[in-house]
Amino acid sequence: MSEAQSPASTAAPATTAAVAAPLLEVRDLHARVGGQTVLKGVSLTVRAGEVHAIMGPNGSGKSTLAYVLAGRPGYEIISGSASFEGRDLLSLAPEERARAGLFLGFQYPVEIAGVNNAYLLKAALNAARRERGQSELDAFEFLALVRSKTQLMHIDESFLGRGVNEGFSGGEKKRNEILQMLVLEPKLALLDETDSGLDIDALKVVANGVNSLRSAARAIVLVTHYQRLLDYIVPDFVHVLARGRIARSGDRTLALELERRGYDWIDGQAAA
Amino acid sequence: MSTPDLDALVSRSYRHGFITEIDSDTVAPGLDEDVVRLISRKKGEPQFMLDWRLRALEHWRGMREPHWAHLRYNPIDYDSISYYSAPKQKTDGPKSLADVDPKLLATYDRLGVPLHERARLAGVAVDAVFDSVSVATTFKEKLSAAGVIFCPFSEAVQRHPELIERYLGSVVPYTDNFYATLNSAVFSDGSFVYVPPGVRCPMELSTYFRINAANTGQFERTLIIADAGSYVSYLEGCTAPMRDENQLHAAVVELVALDDARIKYSTVQNWYPGDENGRGGIYNFVTKRGECRGRNSHISWTQVETGSAITWKYPSCILRGENSIGEFYSVATTNNYQQADTGTKMVHIGPNTRSTIVSKGISAGHGQNAYRGLVKILPSATGARNFTQCDSLLMGPDCGAHTFPYVEVRNPSATVEHEASTSRISEDQLFYCLQRGIEREDAVNMIVSGFCRSVFKELPMEFAVEAQNLLAVTLEGAVG
Repeated sequence: MSEAQSPASTAAPATTAAVAAPLLEVRDLHARVGGQTVLKGVSLTVRAGEVHAIMGPNGSGKSTLAYVLAGRPGYEIISGSASFEGRDLLSLAPEERARAGLFLGFQYPVEIAGVNNAYLLKAALNAARRERGQSELDAFEFLALVRSKTQLMHIDESFLGRGVNEGFSGGEKKRNEILQMLVLEPKLALLDETDSGLDIDALKVVANGVNSLRSAARAIVLVTHYQRLLDYIVPDFVHVLARGRIARSGDRTLALELERRGYDWIDGQAAA
Repeated sequence: MSTPDLDALVSRSYRHGFITEIDSDTVAPGLDEDVVRLISRKKGEPQFMLDWRLRALEHWRGMREPHWAHLRYNPIDYDSISYYSAPKQKTDGPKSLADVDPKLLATYDRLGVPLHERARLAGVAVDAVFDSVSVATTFKEKLSAAGVIFCPFSEAVQRHPELIERYLGSVVPYTDNFYATLNSAVFSDGSFVYVPPGVRCPMELSTYFRINAANTGQFERTLIIADAGSYVSYLEGCTAPMRDENQLHAAVVELVALDDARIKYSTVQNWYPGDENGRGGIYNFVTKRGECRGRNSHISWTQVETGSAITWKYPSCILRGENSIGEFYSVATTNNYQQADTGTKMVHIGPNTRSTIVSKGISAGHGQNAYRGLVKILPSATGARNFTQCDSLLMGPDCGAHTFPYVEVRNPSATVEHEASTSRISEDQLFYCLQRGIEREDAVNMIVSGFCRSVFKELPMEFAVEAQNLLAVTLEGAVG
């Protein structure tokens, strides 16, 4: 998909489209993992203020795209490019990408035994603040900040004293990811299947958290298998990933159509 | 993706590797009866001490160096070691800090030993052992007001011979093992603690050991007695200067806890580990054993082992008293060519005795780390319980972790649980931290500290911080 055809230039909200340089610009990205080529020419433009949803069947490369952009080891770039605020994203170390303002909400957040949840979060926040030229927060300032966010996420404060994701339920892990996102205030949040495994109440809490971060200065990319999440976080653009490429882009009606017709509809088109 | 230069990070220099230039009073290398008599005479010891030493020497001559541990090292030539070295002093010994050689004090400053009474760790009494002789003891007055005796071993021999005669060798007899027997013959000094009945020691007691003179073995001996209903927490920290040749360190620590008494013994060991090619470093062959002699007594060993070329060490508990409790919490780290064979023995003799073992082994570089533990339940130990958890963390492809658990249960009512795991620093955990913007080194330290948390939380606060920092330094660059 060329830039001229990108949805940003055709269907973007009038407020952001023309002037802002893209936050994220992915061009013809090919990547492989475990010897298998998974991304076969992905192009995507995300501008500040936008919410994008990337949908697609299992194995279509959705999570791979998120990992490649975040710099996960083991994911090899074959060709193509990705830039973040004009910087070459792919040349940055994962921690540099994070500090530049790219946040990945993990599908399966890992447990780190013995590492205090609040400790990790404070270290992460202060790393981000140093990067932005802000002073580090001390324990009291940090706690005050986090408290307001835990309330929004319906997270008990005792949660902060536990090990990172240690013994958390699936839903708690996902809420913790969003809590971290709210504290770190990234420019671009990639949320990988944040809705999976959530009951409807938890889904609303998570969606509420994500929506609270929406602003003209940030963008959110939701990677999801189901339309359901998009009832609560309404995207500006929907892309369907199939066989390693964006097979179709549109507005949120595309998601509804997908739900009606199933992925076979897209898959058939992509193969054709 | 940027990868830090591994070699540059790993080859960090040992921070305590300096040598103090002081005239030493050192005997010629080699060991015979004359040397033992000389040591005893220099210490002005009573006859019973000399006799005990000579019996140990006699016994040692018939012993052979043990080789069952998972360790490889060049043979130790016991005839090339000097068995006594003491800084030369103008008088019989310093009466106060003002009498101590300023160079010694400067050495302690560089080690960060809180020797001055007004120092930052107010509340910590330090009995500093420098090449076998205690040079300064602080906080004596406050301790003696509480009735606590905390002094160099040699002083205790002079002033409290009845306690020494009663307790010395009562936990680790002079016949115990090759290194302990050698120590019994030639030990030159160490620390002595006696806490009278019902007394809670008003401060943490602390000793820093340091090996300075070249070619001297350090054989110190520590004896701690907690009388009925008393409590004491003892901290031991160790460093040694950097030298190309290996140095032998064969210490003995004996703990005795009487009825309802509790002893908490914490070690942060940072002896010189050798260079990145495995040259030099301390050979640490140490016998540490505590006996819960009384009912409801409680002994905890907590150790953080980051130094030494060779570590051979099994702090143990003899659980004789009914309801007594033994604990062993250990973090052992090996990097470069360090080798550690360490663990514990829990011997359950009394009924309803309980023991807990938590061992965390971390191997990096070419380090080899073995946990060796014995849980022995004797027929008399009805209702005894043990829980053992033994985790190993591997960093890099060339290191090794080994676990040798021995369990002997001779009472059917006993409960023994053992959990073990071996893992690598998880790429997933590391990536998770990196994705949150945390630097790689910080992320590794965070994960390793988390791995060790259940041990660190047993350390007194200021030691826990030191241990965490030490671990970070030891493992710098271990994950690229």
